[in-house]
Amino acid sequence: MNTVARARAEPGGDADGVIEFRGVHYALPGGQALLRDVNFVVHRGETLVLLGRSGAGKTTALKLINRLLEPTGGEVQVDGRATLAWDPIALRRHIGYVIQETGLFPHYTVGRNVAVVPRLERKSAPHVRERVKELLSLVGLDPASYLERYPHELSGGQRQRVGVARALAADPPILLMDEPFGALDPLTRAEVREEFQALQKRLGKTIVIVTHDTSEALLLGTRIALFEAGELRGIYSPRDFLASSEPVAAAYAEQLRRLAQFERGT
Amino acid sequence: MNVIEYFQRHPDEILQATIEHMWLVGIAMLIAVAVGVPLGILVARRPWLSKPILGSANVAETIPSLALLGFLLPVPWLGDRAARLAIAALALYALLPIIRNTAAGIASVDPAVREAARGMGMTPRQILFKVELPLSVSTVLAGVRVATVLTIGIATIAAAIGAGGLGEYIFRGLAMVNNSLILAGAIPAALLALGADFFLSVLERWLRPVR
Repeated sequence: MNTVARARAEPGGDADGVIEFRGVHYALPGGQALLRDVNFVVHRGETLVLLGRSGAGKTTALKLINRLLEPTGGEVQVDGRATLAWDPIALRRHIGYVIQETGLFPHYTVGRNVAVVPRLERKSAPHVRERVKELLSLVGLDPASYLERYPHELSGGQRQRVGVARALAADPPILLMDEPFGALDPLTRAEVREEFQALQKRLGKTIVIVTHDTSEALLLGTRIALFEAGELRGIYSPRDFLASSEPVAAAYAEQLRRLAQFERGT
Repeated sequence: MNVIEYFQRHPDEILQATIEHMWLVGIAMLIAVAVGVPLGILVARRPWLSKPILGSANVAETIPSLALLGFLLPVPWLGDRAARLAIAALALYALLPIIRNTAAGIASVDPAVREAARGMGMTPRQILFKVELPLSVSTVLAGVRVATVLTIGIATIAAAIGAGGLGEYIFRGLAMVNNSLILAGAIPAALLALGADFFLSVLERWLRPVR
């Protein structure tokens, strides 16, 4: 076991904390540990990016928040209450969830896909219809031409937008996104990402995004949580991240610098 | 006397036998679907149950149909009426394709779709009825189609225990070495199988979730 200093986050009981990890461990039934002693707080209205390479444990951490996984040690709190004390259905309806493959229901039209959660919550039909139109416009899709289409008739970028609209449908205060732009080509990716930034400013949600893309982390995150081999190595502001001497963070920063050098042609 | 003449002379009788046949198959299929689909869901949910359940259904499938009818004869309530007995045996035969296809259909649902459903706060019940079953309906129906065609054929043997149906003609024809009589049972049975196959394949295509 290496003894790299674990980034101890702010002390517990943070009044502004919407999500809090307290000494969280997660191990597979076979005993393999995917997360070890993870501590951090996500503040109201911020966008925390979980950055790390594949298998670093960032997606595991994300799924612990909406209780798709349950911690094997420590606890995860949402709104000051341990996830295990929440009714899992209520917890998940309180949290929007966007994944890379979008997971849109192939047998539902775009309109019905976006309407899933409001309908589960038994909102009135006219209310749901209005809300769906509003959301599609919000993510830049014209309701008139997209409502009745099926997911397989859309491009990757359009599907991703529908995925975001669906996650926002019940107006959850928290949004979790797992590689939301990962499956898109670079140009579409930049486009959707920019739109998302604008959206983020307008909505003021508390957002946790998983990515392995450094530039994405720097662009979208108010803070960056760096994961490596199941441990949280530190939490940085984008500026601090680039200046950090922590070896893994430095490696990411170095990567970006090389890219910049290439652009400048030096 | 050739077949055509026979059909012309006894249309009511043949129609009667055909209806009887359809009734046997219809009830057996209703039971098989009512039992097979839940079992298929169970197999998809609890993979460790797949061996015992599919295994048993497989064994039932391998028992020769005449022997199966014989085995069921001493069973108390079932043995009282020939039709009852025949329906039970037919349902047992129809089970395997239905269980197998239901399990396969549910297993083939994209894991991302299932995870998204869970992440959105759908209950396991809602995931089953709103996502998994609608997405596997055409696979399930394909199993029902195979089972129906199979059952229409096997149902002719039910006549051996006096359960009626088109098998009556076949057995009578065999006993009397009369080909026309055999055909009077075999042709309507074949047409029935073709008709059911066609009807169910149309239904299958119509219910396919993503067109």
